[in-house]
Amino acid sequence: MAERSFKAEVEKLRAPPGSVFHGEGILAVTKALLECGVGYVAGYQGSPISHLMDVLSDAEPILQALGVHFETSANEATAAATLSASVMYPIRGAVTWKSTVGTNVASDALANLASGGVTGGAVIILGEDYGEGSSIMQERSHAFAMKSQIWLLDPRPNLPTIVQTVHDAFELSEASRTPVMLELRVRACHLHGSFVTRENIRPPFTLRQALESPVRDTSRIVLPPASYLHEQEKITERWPAAVRFIEARGLNEFFEGEIADLGIIMLGGLYNNVQRALMSYGMSDLRGNSRIPLYVLNVAYPIIDAEVIRFCQGKRAVLIIEEGQPDYHEQAIHAVLGRAGMHVKVHGKDLLAKAGEYTVAELKRGLAGFLQRHHPAALAKPVAVGLPARGPRDPQPAETPASPSVSVPVLAGIVPARPPGFCIGCPERPIFSALTLVQEELGQHHISADIGCHLFAAMPPFHLGASTMGYGLGASSAAAFNVPASKRSIAMMGDGGFWHNGLASGISNAVFNKADGIIVIVDNNYSAATGGQDLPSSRLDKHNRSTRHAIGEALRGVGVEWIRTVDDTYDVNKMRDTLQEALTSDFQGPKVIVAQSECMLNKQRREKPLVAAADQRGERVVREKFGVDADICSGDHACMRLSGCPSLTLRNSGDPLKPDPVAHVDDGCVACGHCGEVADAAILCPSFYRIEWVRHPGGWERRLDKWRRRIVGWLQDRQRRTLAARTLYAGDPA
Amino acid sequence: MTTVRRLGDDPTRPITIAVLAMGGQGGGVLVDWIVDLAEHNGFLAQATSVAGVAQRTGATVYYLELFAEAHVQALRGPPIFALMPVPGEVDIVIASELMEAGRALQRGLVTPDRTTLICSSHRDYATLEKVAPGNGIADAAAVLEAGQTHALRFLHEDMKALAQKSGSVISATLFGALAGCGELPFSESAFEATIQRAGIGVEASLRALAAGVRAMREPVRVELAPDPMATSPRELPTRAASPAVEPLRQRIANTFPAHAHAMLGAGLQRVLEYQDIAYGHEYLDHMTRLQIRADACGSAVQAHLATLEAARWVAVAMAYDDIIRVADLKTRASRTARVRAEIGAGPDEVVGTVEYFHPRLEEILALLPPRLANGLARNHWLTGLLSAALARGQRVRPHTVRGHLLLHGLASLRHWRRHSLRHHQERAHLSAWLSQVLAIMPSDYALALELIRCRRVIKGYSDTHARGNSKFDRLSRAATMLQGRADAATALAALRAAALAEPGLTLLTQRWQELGLPEVTEISVETS
Repeated sequence: MAERSFKAEVEKLRAPPGSVFHGEGILAVTKALLECGVGYVAGYQGSPISHLMDVLSDAEPILQALGVHFETSANEATAAATLSASVMYPIRGAVTWKSTVGTNVASDALANLASGGVTGGAVIILGEDYGEGSSIMQERSHAFAMKSQIWLLDPRPNLPTIVQTVHDAFELSEASRTPVMLELRVRACHLHGSFVTRENIRPPFTLRQALESPVRDTSRIVLPPASYLHEQEKITERWPAAVRFIEARGLNEFFEGEIADLGIIMLGGLYNNVQRALMSYGMSDLRGNSRIPLYVLNVAYPIIDAEVIRFCQGKRAVLIIEEGQPDYHEQAIHAVLGRAGMHVKVHGKDLLAKAGEYTVAELKRGLAGFLQRHHPAALAKPVAVGLPARGPRDPQPAETPASPSVSVPVLAGIVPARPPGFCIGCPERPIFSALTLVQEELGQHHISADIGCHLFAAMPPFHLGASTMGYGLGASSAAAFNVPASKRSIAMMGDGGFWHNGLASGISNAVFNKADGIIVIVDNNYSAATGGQDLPSSRLDKHNRSTRHAIGEALRGVGVEWIRTVDDTYDVNKMRDTLQEALTSDFQGPKVIVAQSECMLNKQRREKPLVAAADQRGERVVREKFGVDADICSGDHACMRLSGCPSLTLRNSGDPLKPDPVAHVDDGCVACGHCGEVADAAILCPSFYRIEWVRHPGGWERRLDKWRRRIVGWLQDRQRRTLAARTLYAGDPA
Repeated sequence: MTTVRRLGDDPTRPITIAVLAMGGQGGGVLVDWIVDLAEHNGFLAQATSVAGVAQRTGATVYYLELFAEAHVQALRGPPIFALMPVPGEVDIVIASELMEAGRALQRGLVTPDRTTLICSSHRDYATLEKVAPGNGIADAAAVLEAGQTHALRFLHEDMKALAQKSGSVISATLFGALAGCGELPFSESAFEATIQRAGIGVEASLRALAAGVRAMREPVRVELAPDPMATSPRELPTRAASPAVEPLRQRIANTFPAHAHAMLGAGLQRVLEYQDIAYGHEYLDHMTRLQIRADACGSAVQAHLATLEAARWVAVAMAYDDIIRVADLKTRASRTARVRAEIGAGPDEVVGTVEYFHPRLEEILALLPPRLANGLARNHWLTGLLSAALARGQRVRPHTVRGHLLLHGLASLRHWRRHSLRHHQERAHLSAWLSQVLAIMPSDYALALELIRCRRVIKGYSDTHARGNSKFDRLSRAATMLQGRADAATALAALRAAALAEPGLTLLTQRWQELGLPEVTEISVETS
């Protein structure tokens, strides 16, 4: 069960042909896959393509009716290998993942797939997680396309073009017997727009037919001598076929412009923002009528030499706009023009930033450089924004004023950074509170982090974790620290990473190599960071998936002997004691702690409506919330440093003697109890309390309450009287 | 009111809107509503975002471009929309929180020639602001000021409070604010129709929408307090509520400068509640000694700042946090009422609390007379046994008879408090501090004042308290070493600020070295 319901989106997949589909870019791709008669879809979730997986996962009836097989793959390598169904059979298949991380994982299968080539169209939808909002290392997927000779499409970011590109991708794949990658940047995936739908098509050849009448052709298997032939075939047959198809279909676009001796060559995905940058110099209008001729590469790879030559004919200079590094396109176009003996001045990363996202502000800066050199008249006119100075790139583009020429108030050091962090009531937070407390006692340890929500521990307030080497690689990245020392290494791993590859690459590796470190597995029932998708160890029954495979059993299966399961991570004392035991135990060998509690985001989504409904029906329900006594809290905020819960916040003490703000639990509290547990475990202060509000209590409970209140009230009256005898202010409540 | 511009008439450019929100605030919902509004009212709409992991409480930016379908024909085709806000080219910025408005300003998205900045003026504090042991809250006034100078129109209101009052969420009040700003070419009923189409919590959302509209039409300008976290003391009453306190009130009124009366009243009330009438006299005795010395040192010229500050910090020092006080505060009737009010429970409903207590052996021993406590502390067998018994925290339920009697009993130890080890320690600490203040005052009034203020670093219970004490000791040593230097007072103030900025000693040590003070040999941490 994903954290969002996609019921409404699933209905959109049924839209009859000719209707207008309004929605997100990645959902448009999902619809287009069905229009292309895809036979199977697989993939691994992750921003920005999670919604593709989530929608298909909720769309079972539609997929069944169409005869489309959908799988949530164990990881991206699995997804890529799934495409082998299209090698021998005329079945269209699509897979998806977050790139470049997913492509890294998938690259072994991808290379094998590309070597033998395909019969049915094989399309890989890449969520290119680059630039602002990205959570991964900044790289281009382009390198994978080049090394394996997989065609890479990078369509202009509007829904009709994106949808058409999906259709083109399958045809290109089949025409050139080559897998095709379609890359969509983060903003394009989350882009809301509209397109006119076509009919969903049943796959003409089904997986069932393939299974029942299997075909075998050794020339498609990556084994010598076939593998040598594959390399030749790529160059002599598949590449020329692709070039013919791309040229014939006009996949790349040419736009005329009056300043014919200049030109701009850009990747399709950057088209809209380049247009906006041109607009601010009066070089284009909102319709996109550029005064400078444009050559838009909706196919990022391969480069079509003839098209490049045709576009550059008679031009003094061209500007190449490709985001990220290295400058693959600039190099390729230099080579094409050089071989053709053409003398055209080629600009690119000499004028634009060598690395980093091409924001509109950055594109404006680069364009200004190009115009200044080759068409200074354009800059003579007053334009909206002047020439921003070129400075060192800020590593965090989100925080940098994009264009220094816009007057920006000086708020540096005032506006606090707000990186993502653990949600309210997150069950992972207490694990790191416990780890902090353990380190206070046993000293700092080397902590290998992993990918997942738990990586947020690297940020304030916890500051825990020294490295992250990739999804599921937390334990592997502690592998070298397997030498005698007075301290053991600690490795984190999420349940998502565990099933993705960590069981083999981390756990089994540690067992085999007799590692002596600690591995903490965060088991929250879901692949939480990617949107709460199900895993083999998820605890809910799903009729079309096999769940409830306990991580503990898998651990025992690969030979882990020392296993401790903490089934309530909120018990900070127990969590701390367990970590302490692992760090100090005499046991030699990997010590694995499985820290279990359900992801609060998912839990709330499931339980909140149930509790509200029960309350509505008048059933007995205990509503809980935490609170802080402002007069007992001393305003040191140690609780915040050990918790960081967004619901645990600050407010005015209301006491003239206490100028520092005190802790306060706001209405977002879900009563997970972590703040109270931490105050207890760390022996902080007694200001935390849990409110238990019994809605619709029974008769006996009411009578007991009345009786209690009478006695407590009598004692409180006495207290009030003695306080009143030593009170300065009239009407002071006591 | 001057005429409000109407966006959307220009056939050469789209309406551009940026939304800055934090994960979980419903920024996506707000964007969906704007898209729906535009698409149902003759506009093309494109929205983009970079949600990703930012959904987990992080800051994130959404961006929309809207363009009238009526203009499309003149354009001879659909417009090319940009995918991200461009500095200098944004018409409306909606920020769901004050510092997010600051972020928009910082990114250059708000420009005086073009941008209307709509912002909820409430604060959701960032982790970095919360973790400082002192007051780490960002300067709201600076952001408000920047908004005034850098926006074409700056519309701000506490949209979160308005949403809560309407039983809805902030995205609904912000949507109302967008309607209320009057710049979009859509009627208020068109906004309402969007909410109705969404079909979830329609009634509450419509209420919130209306509240948002009103807030923009009849803006209430709230004056910001210079320090929103400071509370002013009440006026000293003309007569004490209790006759027994009246002589003390008169002492304040007659022997202290009027400037300090209110704070002395607050201090007096605290120590009276804490202990008894005699303790109130003790408080005023300390204050009198200080006042006499201060007067001799030209305190009047300094606006009696030392008296004012000491009135606060001597009371805080005398009413040190201990189990007795906690038990007293947790058992009061006013506290029961406050908890009920917090959740909005009616007077007849069944409401209880569970209190998280975890006293250490040190806190228990500190209740005993010094000789007995010290004797017991030397008995390792016994302390080991007791520590083990106290290893787990206690959960006390003061709404039950048993729980209440336990706390009531602890609170009654007030009568015994003066004989406890803790009281002896605290009294010694107080008197050493005051002696040092009085000794410094004749030569450097400003330094003495800063030393008084240094009491602020001692707070909390158990380990936290010990850490505070150790920091205070450093500051007190620094005061002695700085004496005679021209920059002594500012130097001590800087050291104190460093001590309050982080839990550790890194900053404090750094400042210490910058001031050229001699290395400190590790000071034994006095746990009390």
